[in-house]
Formats: sequence, C-alpha cells, structure tokens
Amino acid sequence: MRKRPTFVAVVSAVIIALIGTGVAVPAEPIKLGFGMALTGALAGNGKAALLSMQMWAEDVNKKGGLLGRRVELVYYDDQTKPATIPAIYTKLLDVDKVDLIVSGYGTNVIAPLIPLAMERNLTVVGLFGMANNEKFNYGRYFQIMPVGPNPPVDWSRGFFEVASKQSPKPATIAIVGADAEYPHNAMAGARKNAEQYGLKVVYDNKYPPSTVDFTPIVRAIKATNPDVVYVASYPPDTAGMIFAAHEVGLAPKMFGGGMVGLQFAALQTKLGAKLNGVVNYETWVPEPTLSFPGINDFLKRYQAQAAKAGVDPLGYYIAPFAYAYAQVLGLAVEGTKSLDQKKIADYLHGREMDTIVGKVKFGPNGEWAKPRMLHVQFQNIEGNDLEQFKRPGKRVVLYPEEWKSGTLIYPYAKARK
Amino acid sequence: MLSLDLLLNAIVAGILLGGFYAAVSLGISVAFGLLDIVNIAHPVFVVLGSYIAYALNSALGLDPLLTGLLGVPVFFALGVVVYRLYYASFEKTGEESLRGLVFFFGLLFIIEVALLLVYGVDYRMVEAAYIGDSLHIGSVGIALRLLVPCLVGIGMTVALYLVLSRTFWGRAIMAVSQDSQALRLMGANPVRIKTIAFGLSIATASLAGALLIVIGPVEPSIGREYIGRVFAIAVLGGMGSIGGTLAAGLILGVVETFTATYYGPSWALAVSFGILLVVLAVRPAGLFGR
Repeated sequence: MRKRPTFVAVVSAVIIALIGTGVAVPAEPIKLGFGMALTGALAGNGKAALLSMQMWAEDVNKKGGLLGRRVELVYYDDQTKPATIPAIYTKLLDVDKVDLIVSGYGTNVIAPLIPLAMERNLTVVGLFGMANNEKFNYGRYFQIMPVGPNPPVDWSRGFFEVASKQSPKPATIAIVGADAEYPHNAMAGARKNAEQYGLKVVYDNKYPPSTVDFTPIVRAIKATNPDVVYVASYPPDTAGMIFAAHEVGLAPKMFGGGMVGLQFAALQTKLGAKLNGVVNYETWVPEPTLSFPGINDFLKRYQAQAAKAGVDPLGYYIAPFAYAYAQVLGLAVEGTKSLDQKKIADYLHGREMDTIVGKVKFGPNGEWAKPRMLHVQFQNIEGNDLEQFKRPGKRVVLYPEEWKSGTLIYPYAKARK
Repeated sequence: MLSLDLLLNAIVAGILLGGFYAAVSLGISVAFGLLDIVNIAHPVFVVLGSYIAYALNSALGLDPLLTGLLGVPVFFALGVVVYRLYYASFEKTGEESLRGLVFFFGLLFIIEVALLLVYGVDYRMVEAAYIGDSLHIGSVGIALRLLVPCLVGIGMTVALYLVLSRTFWGRAIMAVSQDSQALRLMGANPVRIKTIAFGLSIATASLAGALLIVIGPVEPSIGREYIGRVFAIAVLGGMGSIGGTLAAGLILGVVETFTATYYGPSWALAVSFGILLVVLAVRPAGLFGR
C-alpha cells in the first residue's frame, strides 16, 4: 500500500520547488496602524488625513516599500471618541500585529494613546495634538503640527507678535472662546501672550458650544472697546462670530486669532468677502514663500481625489501634514534600517528631515523644535468663488518673518472695505 | 457697563432668538405636548430640512425659506409614515414608553448617518440676500439673519394656533390630546387624527430647518445641540400650548442674551434651565399648561 504524503511534506516540497525555480516569496508587509476620525465631529479632517496617508503608502510602495517590504495601512474609525482609542490600539497591536503606530487626528484622541504607547515603549507620531506631551514627557512621542516647543503659548504668539509691531500699538484685548478643550488651551496661551506683550485684558469670557446667536457676545465685547479681539472658536461659532462682528459693527484694530474652520473651503466660500481683514492661524497656504519641494504636486493629486472622497477640496490645512507625519516615520525606518522603536525614536530626535511641509526637526518634548505656526490675513477676497483661495495674495503670511509674504492691512476696518 | 443701548440691543436680540426657538420647538409641542409622543428625533428632522434647503439653494439658487415652504407637504407625508410605523410597532401594543423612545433614537441615528453619507461631515451654509445684512433703528441693530427666522417663527406659531383652534381637524387634534377614549366612543378614529397631528409636527421641521441654516452653518449631528432646548421650551410653555411655546421661546431667548451680555455667555444656558426649574416648581404644568 502506498503511503499518502503528509501536509507538511507537501508544503515543504512546494517551498523547496519555489526556491529552486527562483520564484520570490513575498515578504510580509510592514503594517502601520492607527485609529482615525472617519465619523463624528472631526471626521472632515480625519477623512482628509486618511486620504493623504493612503497617498503616502501608495507613493512608498511604488518605490519598493520600506526595507524592501510593502507598506500596509491598518486603520479603524475612532468616531472622534477618545474612549475608543485603548480598544482600537490594543487590537492593532495584539490582533493585527502592526509594526508601527501613529495617532488619529486631534488632541482628544492622542491623549489616551500616549499612556498606551508608554506601557509598550512604542514610538508614536501624533497628528495635530495640542500640548499632549506636557504632562507625560514621553521621549518617544512626536507631533507634526508646527506649533513649537511651548504649544499653548506658541499657538497664538504670531498673532500677538504681529499686533505688537503695529502703529498705533494696541493696548487692550478681548479674549473669547467656546467652552471646550481646544479653546481653553488657546485662550490660556492668549492670556499669557497678552501679559507678555503688555495688552490689558478688558473682556475674557467663554460661551457654551451650543450658542446660536453671537450678537449679544459681540455687543458685550464692543462695549469694552478693545483694540484687539482674540477668538478661539469651532466652525459654527467662527461663522457666527464673523457674521455678528459685521452685523454689530465691531471694528477693533485686529480681529481673529484662533478661529477653527477658516482653513477650509466650506466656510471660506460661504463667508467670502466677510473674511477680509481677519487675522488667523494657518499651517500652510499657497503663498510663494511656502512652496516646499513636493507639496504642489501632492496637493494637485489630493485635490483631484478630494471630491470623490468627500473631503475639503483645498486640503491645505491638514492633508500635507498627514502625509508628512507618515513620511517622517518612513524616513526613520529607512534611516535606521529597522523597526526597532528605540532606534526610530532616536532617529526622529536627532535630525532635520525633508518633507513636503518643509524641513521638520523635533525638539526634546517631541514638538517642532522651532515654531512655524503661520498667522495670515485674509485680503482681497471677492464673492464666493473657490478658485480664488488657490491663488496667492488671498491669505498673506504675516508671521513668522522667515515665511512672510505680505503686510498686514491695519486696522481691521480698513481691510474690511 | 449697564448702558441703555446695550440693554435695548439685548432685549431685541433675545426676542429674535426666541422667535427662532419657537419655530424649532413647535413640532415638539404638538408631538410631545398634545400626542404624548417623545419624538427626540425632531431636531434631526429640522437638520434634514436644513440640508434640503442647502441642496436646493446650492443647486438651483432657491431662497432657503421657499425651500422650507416647498418641503412642508413632503415632511407632512414623512411624518405620516413615521407615525404609522410607530403606531403599528409600539403604540398599538402599548409598548410606546421605552421602546418608542428607542425607536426615535434609532431614527435620529439613521437620518444623521444618511446625511453624513450623502453630504459628508463638512459644515454647510446657504446664500440669501438677507444673510449678513442688518438694519438699524436708532442705536438698536437688527441682524436680518435673525429677524427673518424670528418673523417666520411667529408666523408659524400663529398659523398653527389658527389651525388647531379654528379648523375641524385642529379641534379634533385638541380633542384627541384631551381624551382619545372619549373620542373613540363618539365614533371618531383617534389614530387617524394623531397621524395628521404628527404629520403636522414634522411638517414644521421643514421650515424650522430652513431657518436654522439661515442663522448659521449646519452639519449632520448639530440637531443634538437642540434636543434639551426644544423639550425645555415645550415644557416651560405648557404641554401642548402653542402660544405658550412662543412665550417660552421668547423668555429663554431674552434670558440667554441678557446673561450673555451682562454676566458672560457661559452662564446663559445654566440661567435658562434654572428658570425652567423655578417655573416648574411653581407651575408644574408650565406657564400656559392646563
């Protein structure tokens, strides 16, 4: 009777045959795991970030992958809920066996990720977290938003720096923002900057995020007659504050600061000329001073896919940085020829890296070593045409000096005309 | 800081806000106040109205108020379908209290997710000639973006009041809210009447949604911000009292703007709900409830 070959013998024979014939057995992919806001309040940015990361993975794989291995993204929807983070990353690490991790979008979902990364000694790159590492001081945490080493203060420093250089120099300030985490941080930093730059705070109040009508708030601010108004708001409040400022006739010397939403086409096109004169934070704008190698090509490809993906059609704010935070991790893997978490962290700490958002160098706390948060002024906006926001001269960079592309129209009322 | 200008502006802004609050709450007053149906999905129907206004405004350039009006019969039909489903699944078997609540929760999520899939998560706004302009009477500034919703809200209240008090069907709705069993004994069909009443409550969401997107940008889950407020207004005004809903909306609007102007906006909601608690302690049926 003939003996039947065992399963192991058959598999061994096939492998030997493949090696013998020179057919390559594909290496396991390098898995990059993360949670991302694909639903919930921050899904707009989360989906744009995911598209950018997919573009990065595609670009890397076209060039042969990392360490000769294909890159595979493994991700789950964190629903913009911090409570989902521990379960998502535990699954990524223990079930999906990912090799590398990055964070999802925003401060709230990065916060619960850091203790988990610390427990397992993992290197983690964060996407737009505000001062997440302040309390942890974790040496393997890095963050791609170009705020700088002292996030709460560096966030609004540019706004105050610009104000301090004007003539007549502003002397008083109103600080207002939503009663939520980001505005709290931004307002705390603004208070410190106001003190440092010698501005007297004449109004300092928070409003509930569900506020419908902002005209009473703007009227109360107007009654204090401030030279500068610093606003830390979320998109619906941003629109409400800008409408109210126009309706009430609020005309400080400078207006804006930390308004979320003005970075995206949805609000830009609807608010149109009402944006003229507003000075606000930005991460990247299409000004000639910020034409870093690769960014225009990236944006062209991103914008071509944006409509289908249902994300911001411009993609200036988060998309290049979502590409870049994966890019720095890829550079570290290639640079160290390893997936060793310590080596990767050491590499990221040690050098300046070329990315599509310019040269990135992390400081000891994982934030950018040198602040590069932009402060721009909306100028010469006409009507609601989207195309105008793709042209230079519409959001001129006022700060930092190194990237400056225009001059502030001062006071605010003059730019509004 | 207590200037007359500021005081007058705060009162006017409160009235404008109150008119809008009434528009959003009318549907709840009918469903919850008259029919005893805890439709917590009502604000998301309002958001649906906003998206229809957005879609027609951006595609055809139609005024959001016109789209709101055009949507009324469609929303009425939608309300009829929703009530029939609710009745057949829960009310008929007497299981409406908890399961009915879950049904409306489910409806809320389904509509939200559907809007999310169709329109994405970006904030949407509309364009209209009156958005962004304001008129001034002496030192009082009136934002048209708020004046128009207030006037429409008052108009909706008057229209609904007239329908409920002067028409056959309106009186039938009031009768079914008082004693549906007695109505049945008289040979009328309370289910049919409740179907029409619920359709009417959802129909108000079409116009209220148009008003919402006139005031500011919307995203699919923004309706959740209004759940507490609309029920508070319906309860404060008195269950089922249409005039009371307007009065409660105006009270909450004025209190909110006063607090925001003089004591800081972070206290506005706390003071509003504090007033609600005080009123309920003194008049448990609400201001105009019977």
